[in-house]
Amino acid sequence: MKSKLEKLKGTCIGIAGCGGLGSNCAMALARVGVGSLVIVDFDVVTLENLDRQYYFIDQVGQKKVLALRENIRRVNPDIDIQAHDLRLGPDGVVDIFKNCNLVIEAFDRADMKLMLIETVTERFPDKFIIAASGLAGYGNNNAMRTRRLGSLFICGDEVSEVSTELPPLAPRVAMVAAMQANQALEIVLDDLALLGDDDAWD
Amino acid sequence: MKISLNNKEESMAGESISVRELLTLMKFTFPLIIVKINGRLIKKEDYERIFIGDGDRVEAIHLMSGG
Repeated sequence: MKSKLEKLKGTCIGIAGCGGLGSNCAMALARVGVGSLVIVDFDVVTLENLDRQYYFIDQVGQKKVLALRENIRRVNPDIDIQAHDLRLGPDGVVDIFKNCNLVIEAFDRADMKLMLIETVTERFPDKFIIAASGLAGYGNNNAMRTRRLGSLFICGDEVSEVSTELPPLAPRVAMVAAMQANQALEIVLDDLALLGDDDAWD
Repeated sequence: MKISLNNKEESMAGESISVRELLTLMKFTFPLIIVKINGRLIKKEDYERIFIGDGDRVEAIHLMSGG
């Protein structure tokens, strides 16, 4: 187990988006001892965010990346955190995540998810990316799954899109965030290989 | 021709079909989809000009908003 902890300490994970997925995923990775995190978001914490995101009421109005850095450090002060307060585009993705071992997609909007997946897959063919799709509403625990397509993992139920009738709620959002963190651990600790273009569908 | 779509074999008429035509035919109606052909990610702007042929392995996953 000691060598595994050492491995995690030497790992850098990029997290794109610090909302429900990103904030919960970052906290899980910090608790297991990942050595460095690169967190990116342009938004501020609002009262509405507290229904599912890892922030506190006294942090309303603060920049999410700064509030999240503070929360991570309250758990694990030794972790190295790079916090970027900006809106990511393709160039930013390449620049900011170039030194990360893998990238977690934790955006809200589907078009941003696609941008990140396309950019990372194209520009960093040697990096895994762990994305999320389908987490709105409640119930249906067993619909949650992870699929692998080459260097891309997708966690979620792949069907429930957020809408006014189907809001994102803490339990399912945190489930998917934890699945993403868990997948990251498996990639790092088991040295998962990038199998190239001929991966089997999981 | 026969292709594999999300790990299921599908038979269809003709010798090739564009990514866009396949998505329409198979009722992948959401605007944002991850498409891979034989493991290679296909960008949305290429859906009309990239064609799928006999024996190709296609994977298509809807991208849902929420996070």
